Amino acid sequence: MIRRTIDAVVVGGGSAGLAAALRLREAGATVAMVEREPFLGGILLQCIHSGFGLQEFGEDLTGPEYAERFIRPALNAGIEMYLDATVTEIGEDATGRSVTALSRAVGVVRFSARAVVLAMGCRERNRGNVAIAGTRPAGVLTAGLAQRLVNIEGCVPGKNVVIVGSGDIGLILARRLTLVGCTVRAVVEIQSYPSGSVRNIAQCLNDYSIPLHLGHVVTRIEGRDRVEAVRVAPLQDGRPLTGREFRIPCDTVLLSVGLIPENELSRAAGVPINEGTAGPWVDADMMTGARGIFACGNVLHVHDLVDFVTEEARRCADRAAAYLKGDPREEMIPVKAGANVRSIVPNACAPGRRNVLYLRSLVVKNDALLELSAGGEKLRTKRLAHVQPSEMIRFGLEAGAIQNINSGTALEVALR
Amino acid sequence: MALLERCVDVSFGVSKANSGIIHAGFHHSPSSLKARLEIEGNRAFDGLQAELGFPFRRVGIVVAAFSVEEMKTVDHLYEQGVENGARDVEIVGRDRLLALEPALSRDVVGGLFAPSGGIIEPYRFVFALAESAAANGVFLFTGWEAVRAHRQNDAWHITSAAGEDCAARWVVNAAGLRADAVSAMFGAERFTIVPRKGEEFILDKGSAGPPSRVIFPVPARTSKGVLVIPTVEGTVMLGPTADEGGDKDDTTTTPENLERVFRFASQMVPRISKRDIITSFAGLRPTLPGDDFMIELSRAAPCLVQVAGIQSPGLTASPAIAERVKALLMSGGLELVEKADWQPGIPRMHRTRDHAPWELDQLVARDPAYAHLVCRCEGVSEAEVVEAIRKGHTTLDGIKYYTRAGMGRCQGGFCTYRIMRLVARETGMPLERITKHGPGSELVLGHIGDRP
Ligand SMILES: Cc1cc2nc3c(=O)[nH]c(=O)nc-3n(C[C@H](O)[C@H](O)[C@H](O)COP(=O)(O)OP(=O)(O)OC[C@H]3O[C@@H](n4cnc5c(N)ncnc54)[C@H](O)[C@@H]3O)c2cc1C
Ligand SMILES: Cc1cc2nc3c(=O)[nH]c(=O)nc-3n(C[C@H](O)[C@H](O)[C@H](O)COP(=O)(O)OP(=O)(O)OC[C@H]3O[C@@H](n4cnc5c(N)ncnc54)[C@H](O)[C@@H]3O)c2cc1C
Repeated sequence: MIRRTIDAVVVGGGSAGLAAALRLREAGATVAMVEREPFLGGILLQCIHSGFGLQEFGEDLTGPEYAERFIRPALNAGIEMYLDATVTEIGEDATGRSVTALSRAVGVVRFSARAVVLAMGCRERNRGNVAIAGTRPAGVLTAGLAQRLVNIEGCVPGKNVVIVGSGDIGLILARRLTLVGCTVRAVVEIQSYPSGSVRNIAQCLNDYSIPLHLGHVVTRIEGRDRVEAVRVAPLQDGRPLTGREFRIPCDTVLLSVGLIPENELSRAAGVPINEGTAGPWVDADMMTGARGIFACGNVLHVHDLVDFVTEEARRCADRAAAYLKGDPREEMIPVKAGANVRSIVPNACAPGRRNVLYLRSLVVKNDALLELSAGGEKLRTKRLAHVQPSEMIRFGLEAGAIQNINSGTALEVALR
Repeated sequence: MALLERCVDVSFGVSKANSGIIHAGFHHSPSSLKARLEIEGNRAFDGLQAELGFPFRRVGIVVAAFSVEEMKTVDHLYEQGVENGARDVEIVGRDRLLALEPALSRDVVGGLFAPSGGIIEPYRFVFALAESAAANGVFLFTGWEAVRAHRQNDAWHITSAAGEDCAARWVVNAAGLRADAVSAMFGAERFTIVPRKGEEFILDKGSAGPPSRVIFPVPARTSKGVLVIPTVEGTVMLGPTADEGGDKDDTTTTPENLERVFRFASQMVPRISKRDIITSFAGLRPTLPGDDFMIELSRAAPCLVQVAGIQSPGLTASPAIAERVKALLMSGGLELVEKADWQPGIPRMHRTRDHAPWELDQLVARDPAYAHLVCRCEGVSEAEVVEAIRKGHTTLDGIKYYTRAGMGRCQGGFCTYRIMRLVARETGMPLERITKHGPGSELVLGHIGDRP
């Protein structure tokens, strides 16, 4: 077993980990990065469509291009890189945190670190999680796996495809598969509205005449060895109307039914998890409930935009650097999700600094009002043209805006 | 000796899809054959595990009664168990039951405890048996479906679907759900195997309220009821249902049965949550009228042993079934002499996740691939996957059953392409030939740029 002593270990080399590691290096910390794939970049590498970087660079980049802007500097920043290496355990030791990783190249490595940045990203919800009935043939896979098979391995997962879920990942995949010669028979969405963007509905489905069944569910998968068909029914009062069930012959079912922050490692390390986001509870320093462990990116909460991930990761790294320097920590005000808010990050604000809040709505609404209050007193409001659960809302709160809240009172964020 | 198997791997029949319980011998009437073989089989598992190293633990079985009425059935089970010769069964009161199994609902009134019951990974058990058999001279033919047989010159000549031939003096029909078709093929007894479907649901490791023992309700007429089962690998299994009829390939799961299973299971263990479901499956019990095993020399065809109707507790009884078949063969005139160089044990398999980091160095020194994780949820290394492939498990399901790669919470979302690449590297198969469980279940259907 190799032992290394270092200021910070960054777990995961996706967009969050890369931005955080670079920023920590800029602040003078010694940094090790552990990434389980043989390449840096994370999920971006398989997102070969464009639409990345509009905020960060003011340019329209593909996923790999966006990643490249961080990978090059990261490789030249003096970061200790462990690729094709998996972190298996985060524990405690005399100097702070111990991080154990395994790789073919170096065997077992154990780091003694004063800070750890969690940037493990998320995984996809699968068939079991959404309990789709029927047989269990080949040809049922998650959208992300299919995207990887097509865009990285160069394989065509199927010829006739039904996609379950109308989020942006599902929509982009529908177009991609059409372009490689597959027939996308339908996209089936349980909600009565599409969860992907209007632009993607137009450019990925309508342009290719792919039918979208809103308010429908897949009731059954058929086929013994390989998928032969799915049965689809409209929903009424939350139940499928079996009388109006129809059958779509297909050989492949792709599930794009949501992402779950990947926190098994965090949980085992004793990091408290937030029900609403399925990610760690964090304060305004992006520090989790476990001292010295920070989190950013999809492991913290699922993002739709990589630009926000980069921003969040930098803020996380800045605070981790301050922690490493031993800066005194400010007293914080807890943040609470109020009416119509499903989740909010971070879970505490620092009154003396500028704070950025990310939240997700529970409802679909035009002309909504975002409202901040404390102890029943309204502090600030903001008009939002449209809110829906699948779109993250970002809200900046300038320094001093919440200076006058009594200690012990929570800042409540609601949507009206 | 040759073992003919129609699937591409052993264990792909009923033996892969069941509750994985080594039953304790109190469920069946002393007059049945299966009661006797269940007890004998149960006793054999410690010795078999020592030789073959498959995952097995005697965690004990509890039966939970929720009324005085149900306690009467418990009394009956107890007496049945004692008469069958089940070891150490006892009737327990509420407090002792709750102490034995704290995950149980506070509403229990009492029940039964059978410490000799256990849990097993059924496919690992079957793989280990096949490996030991092959190491001792049994020829294994997978993907070999017997379709015809005729007797000539004192031997059976069996033909496969692909046209291969196999000749043998004696034949054992242990064809599970298709034992009826195989019997007919040999011109032997006419009977019909009726499949009785059982759906099971698996909850993630670390889910709320995993029990420490197998929990049974007080049984219903045709099945033992819906159980809550801690698996050897730390997940929780709920099921099975029992639905008769249907066809022999019908392994569908249904939302109605999911609801039913959860309703029953959460009455016994209130803490379980649907949110923890990671997958579901269905298995088919091969049943005969009368619900007993049929293990005998055929009276209609020469040199044929029938092993039919092997429904639950077939897994438990399997070692005893083998002994009985051996006795039948000998009574039928086959001379059997134990091999002098018989070596039942098989090499132990190493698993990265079973080693603490400081112990791993040794393993890694031998093969660095033990430090390369392929399956994140179950912590399976490349070395383990390669071992499975080299032992002949070249389908995704075969590798999954051998290593557990793809069995965890992400259900292969992460490791599938990694395993496909390893299979391609080790076997030279192109990616589009790699299957989930045999021909017809190819995982990808071509390459970008292929012309139709
Ligand atoms: C399929 C998909 C499509 C998307 N499409 C778009 C889009 O079109 N436009 C847009 O702006 N945004 C898109 N996003 C959102 C955005 O790109 C992501 O939110 C962002 O890239 C996530 O970055 P991350 O670093 O948090 O996670 P990831 O990129 O997932 O990186 C996490 C990294 O951690 C590694 N890791 C995990 N566990 C371990 C461990 N134990 N040891 C070592 N390494 C580990 C992983 O291998 C991975 O490389 C998409 C996201 C997904 C999932
Ligand atoms: C839902 C469920 C739960 C159960 N739970 C338990 C339990 O907890 N404990 C327990 O002890 N038992 C349990 N059982 C019963 C147990 O699983 C079976 O009794 C046992 O697996 C039967 O083994 P087998 O070898 O007879 O059948 P199989 O495993 O089906 O083997 C028969 C093999 O013959 C092959 N075959 C068929 N036809 C041909 C042909 N023509 N040519 C070549 N090969 C052929 C098949 O492919 C198959 O692989 C359960 C069963 C079910 C369905």
